[in-house]
Amino acid sequence: MSKVLLEVTDLKKYYPVRAGVLRRQVGTVHSVDGVSFSLGAGETLGLVGESGCGKSTVARSVLRLVEPTSGRIRLDGEDITHLSKSALRPHRRAMQIVFQDPFASLNPRMTAGDIVGEPIAVHGLATGKELETRVAKLFEQVGLRPDQMRNFPHQFSGGQRQRICIARALALEPRLIVCDEPVSALDVSIQAQVINLLIDLQKRHGFSYLFIAHDLAVVAHISHRVAVMYLGRIVEIADKDELFSNPRHPYTQALLASVPIANPLAKKLAPLVDGDVPSPVNPPPGCAFHTRCRFAMERCRTERPVLMDAGDAHQVACLLNEGTGKPASVP
Amino acid sequence: MAAIDFEVELKRAGAHATGGWRRVLFLAQRHVLGAAGLTIMTVFVLTAIFADFIARYDPLSVDAAHALARPSWAHWMGTDSFGRDVFSRIIHGARISLAVGIGSTALGGTIGVIVGLTSGYLSGWVDLMFQRVSDILQALPLLVLALIMTAALGPSLPNVILAIAIPLIPTVSRVTRANTLALREQPFVEAAKSIGMSEIRIALRHVLPNTLAPLIVLATAQLGSTILTEASLSFLGLGIPEPYPSWGRMLSESAAEYVRTAPWLVIFPGIAISLAVFGANLFGDALRDILDPRQRG
Amino acid sequence: MADSSDLVLEVKNLKTVFFTNSGLFKAVDDLSFTVKRGETLAIVGESGCGKSVTALSLMRLVPDPPGRIVGGSVSLEATDLLALSEAEMRKVRGNRISMIFQEPMTSLNPVIRIGDQIVEAVRLHRNLSSKQARDIAVEMLRLVRIPEPARRAREYPHQLSGGMRQRAMIAMALACRPALLIADEPTTALDVTIQAQILALILDLQKELGTGLVLITHDLGVVAQTAQRVIVMYAGRKVEEASVEALFAAPKHPYTRGLMASIPAVPAPGVAAQERLNEIPGTVPSLVRLPAGCAFAPRCKLAIKRCEAEYPPLIDWGGGHLAACWRAADVAEVA
Repeated sequence: MSKVLLEVTDLKKYYPVRAGVLRRQVGTVHSVDGVSFSLGAGETLGLVGESGCGKSTVARSVLRLVEPTSGRIRLDGEDITHLSKSALRPHRRAMQIVFQDPFASLNPRMTAGDIVGEPIAVHGLATGKELETRVAKLFEQVGLRPDQMRNFPHQFSGGQRQRICIARALALEPRLIVCDEPVSALDVSIQAQVINLLIDLQKRHGFSYLFIAHDLAVVAHISHRVAVMYLGRIVEIADKDELFSNPRHPYTQALLASVPIANPLAKKLAPLVDGDVPSPVNPPPGCAFHTRCRFAMERCRTERPVLMDAGDAHQVACLLNEGTGKPASVP
Repeated sequence: MAAIDFEVELKRAGAHATGGWRRVLFLAQRHVLGAAGLTIMTVFVLTAIFADFIARYDPLSVDAAHALARPSWAHWMGTDSFGRDVFSRIIHGARISLAVGIGSTALGGTIGVIVGLTSGYLSGWVDLMFQRVSDILQALPLLVLALIMTAALGPSLPNVILAIAIPLIPTVSRVTRANTLALREQPFVEAAKSIGMSEIRIALRHVLPNTLAPLIVLATAQLGSTILTEASLSFLGLGIPEPYPSWGRMLSESAAEYVRTAPWLVIFPGIAISLAVFGANLFGDALRDILDPRQRG
Repeated sequence: MADSSDLVLEVKNLKTVFFTNSGLFKAVDDLSFTVKRGETLAIVGESGCGKSVTALSLMRLVPDPPGRIVGGSVSLEATDLLALSEAEMRKVRGNRISMIFQEPMTSLNPVIRIGDQIVEAVRLHRNLSSKQARDIAVEMLRLVRIPEPARRAREYPHQLSGGMRQRAMIAMALACRPALLIADEPTTALDVTIQAQILALILDLQKELGTGLVLITHDLGVVAQTAQRVIVMYAGRKVEEASVEALFAAPKHPYTRGLMASIPAVPAPGVAAQERLNEIPGTVPSLVRLPAGCAFAPRCKLAIKRCEAEYPPLIDWGGGHLAACWRAADVAEVA
């Protein structure tokens, strides 16, 4: 693999649950519960999972927008987990984020040009005419016209707003862009435009993406490697082709089987799992998925499986995979 | 199905009222009471500005010969016990009321915004302290609080403004704090953080401008009550000192002694106060409907 | 075409507009379709295409002002709903025609127990004792496969998970055994594993009860897996209608084809992944200033002069496959 850009080790983020008049802590949300992964330069790692699995918290922790409870985040070999705000500032240039909601992620009272130029101005990289030229270039890069710089966010469509967000993220020439569900609020025909743009930009600039989404197809399309999260933990991680052709974790299999395929002749919807995702406040002991897993054994209720190598750079956290390899295949 | 006149429907929806004056005119038609309030406020402000030209007599000049004259052609609203022209005093009184209204709203508003922004932004113990102080301030009636303050500071125009401004701070800071808390969670604020912007800059550039609309509404609504508070303070003898014509003082001087013999001394200042407060409230309500549609009931 | 007695819903030339301060907004323009007993009709399109306003029009729940149904007819079991008084319509709503919405949390009253909400819905239309209605409520919850229905009936909406709430919504919608169920993006707010459960449930119940279903969605995968017939809408109009097999095998409208090509597919073994997604350039037009001709023409690779000047009529290309495109015959070769 290419040079490692981002290395996350045993990341945990717990939130206290308080209740009552005295605001006493009555529980703990195990939002992220021991996540480790690394991301190479120029690589895209997809992070998939259902709501509440902690994928967005991972994204925000990597950027230090939330303070992790424990664990270590290394950017380019340097530990940034405990850097002070001022010490972190130069590193902020290297990592940027694109959010899901293109309506809420732009300040409605600023012009598009000011929004995109703001990072450059904050870091004092350019002013006046030069700033304007740079912003105009960024607009062109993301497929907007420079004359749209004077418009306000409400004058743009959803897809165009997401382009503004991408331009803002590009402004500091980062090496890592965290994309938190960047296309899930967009219409299908616009989604394709934005995905293609993200891929083109990566080819041109060579930055890495940590791409978070709940849509398996989108993740599969854009990622080189994919990690599947369930209740705060990564349950499976592998190269894209390997993961989709040879899913080993029962949850990954269920997730894949649940995606409705846009072909009426292809297999009909087969819900492979019953019930709902348990609450992350008091996650089940042992393997968090055992409450919904068709292959659950007695051991799964007590033993917490760890990510183990299953060959082909494929890691999976499932007791079934210990000796026998993959669990029974999907019907 | 009944025939539908598309033109009429579109007109009702305001489709013809785009841009500039046509839009203003459309809004005025939609909010008739608000437009009335705005008109009253405008007349009020113009009166205050041009008081010297409108007033027919010096409001302070004493003319014992014509004391307690009934309303007449010479003195439209009669004269008081010193023979001062009531009409001229009311016109000049508008200045005092406006100075107190705008001054105290601006002062209270500015301090309130700073407190609310800091409180919402820093959270933790600073927030907790500000909150409890606000609770205490709000537990006391506005008037009582202002009364205690002017009694302590002594009656003068700046002191009255200060006394009325301080009770406004908790109201404004609460609105600002609530908005700040909501805005802090917005992705555009997170985006600003992720580019390495300092918290103060984020607060001033991203949070503050987005809290202004509800604050303008609040300020307009408060304007009426500040005018009323000033009148009440003056009525109780703790407002603007003599000889400046304050509507509240004009009322208090005459209410007990002359209400039967010279009712014009009570009626006209009373109307002036009611009209100004009424106008400010009407305009404030309409402004809230237009700027903040969520509050529409 | 089936025998007309089988028809549950017949919509003819429906036109719904919004009077807004930026002008006349033609949300649904000249829309006609039918739904048979036990049939699933999917209406697919992007935001602003008019699919949700269609649903509201069928229920006569278009907010007025600013919206208004200004033309056409909606016949449910041979009764024109648009001709009914509001009081008569209230007897139909929730009884013969029901709707489930995208947000199961906001469509349930948070302060009333789940069971009581179903009881209320049932007793509104059926002359039943509260005991009988309660039995029906529990039976409905069992039908939508909520475990321990009697206990769940006594719980409040916030005590249920998102998937369970949507099940409760379905139970409420089906409690009076309506002839037609309208589902407006019923699974969009749900996770994919829950979506699969809910879709399977809706289809099972529909088969069991013989309800006609209008499924409104933006997800072509959901369409392919659930519907028998599909309507594609663009800018307030129906641009294509076909059986689900015919539509996916050979779409006749360039917009449909573009949509299909722009969705990424989950990679399957042996199938080469697309390198680049096919994008439809531009954005959806404003419904206030629609062009004279085809609304899709400005984004269409196949557009010719005629497309900009004249709106293409819906033409039957055989077997009830309708498409409104001047170049429908050439769509297959070009793309």
